[in-house]
Amino acid sequence: MNQDTIDAVAPIEVVQRESTPITHRETVFDIRGLSVYYGDTVAVSDVNLEIYRNMVTALIGPSGCGKSTFIRCLNRMNDLIPSARIDGEILYHGQNMYGSGVDPASVRRWIGMVFQKPNPFPKSIYDNVAWGPRTLGMRKGLDERVERALTQAALWDEVKGRLKRSALALSGGQQQRLCIARALAVEPEVVLLDEPASALDPIATSSIEDLIHELKREYTIVIVTHNMQQAARVADMTAFFSLDVHEDGSRNGILVEYDVTQKIFTQPADSRTEGYVTGRFG
Amino acid sequence: MSDRAEFSLQPTRQLRRRNLLNRFVEVVMLGAALAAVAVLVLVVWAVISRGYSALSWDFFTKGPSTNFLGTTGGIANAIVGTIVIITIATIISLPIGILVAIYTSEFAHGRVRRLLSFVLDILNGLPSIVLGIFIFGLVVISHQQSAYAGGLALAILMLPLIARSTQEVLALVPETLREASFALGVSRWRTVVGLIIPASFGGIITGGTLAIARAAGETAPLLFTCALTTTQVSWDPGQALQSIPLTIFQDLENPDPALHAQAWAAALVLLTFVLVISILSKAALARSRRKLTR
Repeated sequence: MNQDTIDAVAPIEVVQRESTPITHRETVFDIRGLSVYYGDTVAVSDVNLEIYRNMVTALIGPSGCGKSTFIRCLNRMNDLIPSARIDGEILYHGQNMYGSGVDPASVRRWIGMVFQKPNPFPKSIYDNVAWGPRTLGMRKGLDERVERALTQAALWDEVKGRLKRSALALSGGQQQRLCIARALAVEPEVVLLDEPASALDPIATSSIEDLIHELKREYTIVIVTHNMQQAARVADMTAFFSLDVHEDGSRNGILVEYDVTQKIFTQPADSRTEGYVTGRFG
Repeated sequence: MSDRAEFSLQPTRQLRRRNLLNRFVEVVMLGAALAAVAVLVLVVWAVISRGYSALSWDFFTKGPSTNFLGTTGGIANAIVGTIVIITIATIISLPIGILVAIYTSEFAHGRVRRLLSFVLDILNGLPSIVLGIFIFGLVVISHQQSAYAGGLALAILMLPLIARSTQEVLALVPETLREASFALGVSRWRTVVGLIIPASFGGIITGGTLAIARAAGETAPLLFTCALTTTQVSWDPGQALQSIPLTIFQDLENPDPALHAQAWAAALVLLTFVLVISILSKAALARSRRKLTR
């Protein structure tokens, strides 16, 4: 019985390369032929990728390869950039996320995001977490909701005595966990993390990584990171993006390889992936 | 021994010349900076020294004396008039200015945004006498001079000031805060009302008060719109009310030296009002800026 091999890492290496039908993994995002343009320049071209439920999917690759551009398509944050435009489609549980009649705000309500730099609101700790639920009309049991989100983000014990204090007085690592709590408070299904630890020191980084391990039980997580060790530590699946340089000197991001994390780091199928993960390039 | 000179740490002649020039330019610029400070000090000093003696309790509480040979009375009518006119101007211009700024900064894109900012700049550059004559033609000819007309003229003057300063404060709100709110599925309008405005409230109010300070000293827009006044102290905006800048103008045109002294005293009142408002609002702005960044 193939379905029994749900176990996180090792036994599922066959699936991608042999393109065996993935029966035991539930697809959340099905990305088909996605290209992203800023004005006339192509940022990422022709990405095909499936992202699975309750797994951590890491996007790695050198600077400028379009990882952040790509992840910002998954909750339509790129809509905020007037010149951005996409080709191809992203199916979220089978529904076209960019289809007509889809409201970006309701997309983002289910697909939360945490950014590179901690960006707490200039409000109290409590109000930061309560802001989403309040504005989205989830006012019932707000105190419990805030506590639950802060607990999930492993911040509750540190802040429970000072919920009314300004969030800006927290340390960088605490602020980032607060931002995660803020995203969790509206009970999303997916959490997108765009280099969430790049502005943090190693200790704060490690606490964020522990947190990611915990969170994948309840959420689907996509994380952009330029830190390969981090991808190796936290991710079940890893996608390696790189730059395609054309003859005229123009360059755009492409998805080189997507597989089980262990596979990417130990037996990559593509020589470019191997060059990157062994440190020969990027 | 001879090649040691190549490593000399003493300045060469050329470098000495440059250092000298450097020093010279620095002194010239410092002089220019001191001149700017000196102008302010001189203005304040001149107004205080000449206006101080005419200040009295009556000066603030009484209207001008109608007795031809007696005391000159006070400027209570002008103080009350200025308060009424400025209140009208603020009630008109503050909400419109803030809404225009929110629209251009948070909602409009690309060309519309640039066009609106450009229009605000033009409006800001309009000579205030033109605003006065505009309201004269629009309102006064068909009705009469009144505090409403004067307030309307000043409102046009304040509108671009408020809108521009609000735009600047909104630009201080980091883009990452908007992103964070949008990423939660919160709409743009809710983000503006619940997050952006509270975060920049101090700065918006600062811009408003600076515009008030500026409008309080304007004379030209009031000349044709709110100048045919009586000496009575009145709060009725339906009639033309005296104002502090106009008092200064009219008193100085009068040959009576006592009225000259009164003009200086009125200038002192105006100056104090403007200085206090400017300093207070700068402090408030600094405070709200700290709140955003820390």
